[in-house]
Amino acid sequence: MLKPLKKLKHALGRYFKGNPAAIIGTTIVTTIIVACLAAPLLTDVDPNRRVARGHQPPSADLIFGSTRAGKDIFSQVLYGGRVSLMVAFTAAIMTTVIALAVGVTSGYVGGKTDETLMAFTNILLVFPQLPLLIILAAFLGQVGPFIIAMILGFTSWPWGARVMRSQTLALRNKEFIVAAETMGESKWRIILIEIIPNLISLVAGMFVGTCLYAIGAQAGMEFLGLGDPTVVSWGTMLYWAQSSAAFIVGAWWDFVVPGTFIALMGGGLALLNISIDQISNPKLKTGAYIKIWRRMKAEVEARRKGAAS
Amino acid sequence: MSEQLQPVETGSAKPSIYVEGLTIDFALDSAIFNRQHMRAVNDVSFILKAGQALAIVGESGSGKSTCARALCRLFEPSAGKIWLQDVDINEKKNQMKQLDFAKEVQMIFQDPFGSLNPVHTIRHHLARPIKLHHPHVSGDELEQRVIEIIERVGLSPARQTADKYPHELSGGQRQRVAIARALAVGAKFILADEPISMLDVSIRLGILNLMEDMKKDGIGFMYITHDIATARYFAERTAVMYVGHMVEWGNSDSVTQNPQHPYTQLLISAVPEAGIRRSKEKMAKKADIPVWKPDSQGCPFASRCLKATDQCREAMPPVTQLAEDHFVRCYLYES
Repeated sequence: MLKPLKKLKHALGRYFKGNPAAIIGTTIVTTIIVACLAAPLLTDVDPNRRVARGHQPPSADLIFGSTRAGKDIFSQVLYGGRVSLMVAFTAAIMTTVIALAVGVTSGYVGGKTDETLMAFTNILLVFPQLPLLIILAAFLGQVGPFIIAMILGFTSWPWGARVMRSQTLALRNKEFIVAAETMGESKWRIILIEIIPNLISLVAGMFVGTCLYAIGAQAGMEFLGLGDPTVVSWGTMLYWAQSSAAFIVGAWWDFVVPGTFIALMGGGLALLNISIDQISNPKLKTGAYIKIWRRMKAEVEARRKGAAS
Repeated sequence: MSEQLQPVETGSAKPSIYVEGLTIDFALDSAIFNRQHMRAVNDVSFILKAGQALAIVGESGSGKSTCARALCRLFEPSAGKIWLQDVDINEKKNQMKQLDFAKEVQMIFQDPFGSLNPVHTIRHHLARPIKLHHPHVSGDELEQRVIEIIERVGLSPARQTADKYPHELSGGQRQRVAIARALAVGAKFILADEPISMLDVSIRLGILNLMEDMKKDGIGFMYITHDIATARYFAERTAVMYVGHMVEWGNSDSVTQNPQHPYTQLLISAVPEAGIRRSKEKMAKKADIPVWKPDSQGCPFASRCLKATDQCREAMPPVTQLAEDHFVRCYLYES
């Protein structure tokens, strides 16, 4: 029991060491997630109850001010974050699972299966995403968060599937796969035990990237009024801020607060994504090397000056 | 030509793999009509016997690896038969399950860095074949077997090695693990595809000696190499391949010390020797190595051979027996 913990600690240490993107990204993302999960502890105000007059600026009582309808924005942004994050994670899990299943099967099995799956993937891939989402949402009527997650999950996997397929193609001719085949391993075991663990960093990167996309896409759909406006989420908060003309009446807090949370979460996830990319492809790791390069350059110049004088 | 490779000990207890007229074609394009093929292996016959090694020598692209891959059923032969004991391994009707087949024939690959999965420990690589082929073994007994096999291939300390990942081992150690995997399956025949060509010269002998020991335990080897010296060191018999054809074969000493086919002579003259400058004497013409097609004719070496005649370009020479165990396919020696 202790040994795996130690190993995990070691792995985490290696991940964070000299990797500011990872440190900042993880801090932002965990802070927001923990705050949203701990919403009942941080506020005892019901996000749907009218607690103040409309459009009160931030104050000691109302940390982030109130909406036009007099609801507490602090409470709304925390409870709304739960919905937004849930949608993002659900969509990301669905996307990752579908992309992994389609991509790895297609790449490993090859032949007709590959052709069929990839034809289907490519058809989905050429559909422009946002219009597709809007049409689907409009077709289904004003949709709740769960349906939005489903729509996002079912439409955003093709890109990931192609990445997974190409990686699997590169792996499947590796000799350890051929060795497993000659050893008599079943196809399923080769896919699950030999191939997929090699794709872990890609899977993690894809998961984070899809979360990022799903938060943006969900907020976009809800802002356009395609979501269910009675559910509190970051997107519907922006929708209500827009429809109550918060910008014109100068109630900046009404849209700045949810906007900032979306931006922070997006930024944090993007940083995480970058740091995961750096692990799967160390060539992308630059920061420290640029520092070393600058220092060496300065030293050389100093020496040159010394030699000239 | 199979008779020359005899005698097959029919009814003998010792297992053997018997290859007859093995031919493998690859499609060069994916046209539906008139598809172009290249013949990677053409009419190759040989026997692998338990406790013996057959070296297959030849340059890159001569079909050595293709042969080995056909032998472990990664490729299907276009013509010819491969018999394991008395079972045709490609027969559809009574086809052996891959699992049963794996118990007989395993492969060792050239690249020790590609042949182990980077995300799994050495223990996984060795425990898995044992579990697969001996499902009743588990727990302490399994661990015991893994440790035994690691010790058997000369890696120590065994327990620590089992916990390591492939990237923590050197090339030679990895190759030992790859050999251990074949041992863990319990294979009776091992197809070693240039097992030492990517290793440091200083550790090659260790691996060869390990395989030598395994050979003494009754495992039959097909040893693919382009290093003639190690072929002579390790293998009882040697076959020289050129563009998918076996051009000369016999016991290793005769083939390497007394080469008769012009290609074998060329191959041996290319081995560098300390203190001796390469002779200025021309051994072969400069010409492209042909891409062999199913309808190609003649001896594949004719385009480069200095002694080639019109006859050589028209038909593949028959087999000539030079000594008790030394055969060549060349018109020069036709009686």
